[in-house]
Amino acid sequence: MADTESEITLLVDGVRRSLAVDNRVTLLDALRDRLGVTSPKKGCDHGQCGACTVLLDGRRVTTCLTFAVACDGAEVTTSAGLATDGRLHPLHQAFLDHDGFQCGYCTPGQICSAAGLLDEAGAGWPSAVTADVRTAPALDEEEIRERMSGNLCRCGAYVNIVAAISEVAAKAEPAP
Amino acid sequence: MIPFDYRRADDVDSAVATVTGNPRAAFLGGGTNLVDHMKLGIAEPELLVDVTGLPLDRVEELPDGGLRIGTNVRNSDLAAHPLVRERYPVLAQAVLAGASGQLRNLATTGGNLLQRTRCVYFQDVTTPCNKRTPGEGCAALHGYTRYHAVLGASPHCVAVHPSDLAVALTALDAVVRVRRADGERTVRASALHRLPGAHAERDTVLEHGELITAVDLPPLRFAANSRYRKARDRASYAFALVSVAAALDVADGRVRDVRLALGGVAHKPWHATLAEHAMRGGPATVDAFQAAADAELAEAEPLPDNGFKLKLARNMIVSALRGLAGEDAP
Repeated sequence: MADTESEITLLVDGVRRSLAVDNRVTLLDALRDRLGVTSPKKGCDHGQCGACTVLLDGRRVTTCLTFAVACDGAEVTTSAGLATDGRLHPLHQAFLDHDGFQCGYCTPGQICSAAGLLDEAGAGWPSAVTADVRTAPALDEEEIRERMSGNLCRCGAYVNIVAAISEVAAKAEPAP
Repeated sequence: MIPFDYRRADDVDSAVATVTGNPRAAFLGGGTNLVDHMKLGIAEPELLVDVTGLPLDRVEELPDGGLRIGTNVRNSDLAAHPLVRERYPVLAQAVLAGASGQLRNLATTGGNLLQRTRCVYFQDVTTPCNKRTPGEGCAALHGYTRYHAVLGASPHCVAVHPSDLAVALTALDAVVRVRRADGERTVRASALHRLPGAHAERDTVLEHGELITAVDLPPLRFAANSRYRKARDRASYAFALVSVAAALDVADGRVRDVRLALGGVAHKPWHATLAEHAMRGGPATVDAFQAAADAELAEAEPLPDNGFKLKLARNMIVSALRGLAGEDAP
């Protein structure tokens, strides 16, 4: 194998996948073109649109600005992988219930980003709109909009996306 | 993109030795800027040394009450750290004002400081740029100049530095720890980045092969009263038109101490030393804040499309300081 290629192993949606990649291949292209995992989408390919978002070792990231070789051994969860035993994830169902998309191209990235957002907020992380960063803010609509700003939707389904995430966030909060 | 070799660094010294010994090698952190530059043809390394596995990913308390931030601390972890939020809110706010949730989960502390300008002419390899190719000329100078520098620019380059984190670190007088082939050195955050002069290709004072290992925050009690404000063309996920990092210590209506730095106005985070000097020991009033801002901006040289940055910077300085002095400040 040339110095410019590498053998890597990824755990993709619970399945161990080993492959040889040219070091130039991004995680996004490895998933889509080499492994046939087409849930994450290629939008801008420059980290600006969020369509390629997955959970990498549990955290939301853009896969277009990450080389696959740098992810050897990592766990990748796509939107498709958030479903368990054929049952939709609560975010999937909420996007359906609230019409959180039109064409659907950005949706897998939106779903993964929302899943990451809920974990981050659950851990008490503040955001740029949090009035006092010493506090752990409640996930109101302003907080959700700010935290989802890395995901663009060219159909403009933002209002319904926020409603969908708000519903899941409200259910995730412990009862008072 | 040209083919490249990839290695994971096992330890700091060998990583530094490897990159120092190969002018076509580069360190790889979170990748959010470098990978993009490789796609765009701006950077063409033949070897990437991935430093993200090095054990430099902790925020530690220092004996003097300061904090040491490892270079591999991800931006999101830095902004979420309880001691950062408690003692240096300006720093947490600055990090949260930059990029998106996904990018902050990838981007590292050292990588954030070493990100390069988002000047569109720098990023477009079909236009001349002294930062990309020394001596080629500057397309920005007579192009669309809305986003460019108003302070410290040169005929060779009018780009601005894009980091929010670096602006807060400059205000806090942080110290950047650097490993090099023959040992370690430290650089004040305010001296890490440089003005373009005749060498726009050099963003920082670092030499090839030098690796940022940590950033030290000095103890600064009044940094608990600090704020980062950022104006941009959309509400979120955009680079600054102007940003302000400020910390203020007021007693009996007078400014005991103050820290002020600006982003979006120069080739480096702009430490507003003239304004700080004008305010120290004086009254904590809006009039004094305005006079200090005017003193800082007196030497500004706006370009045809960015004169608005002066008024914006002045208003943001006054607004940030007034907020820290208390909204009832006279």
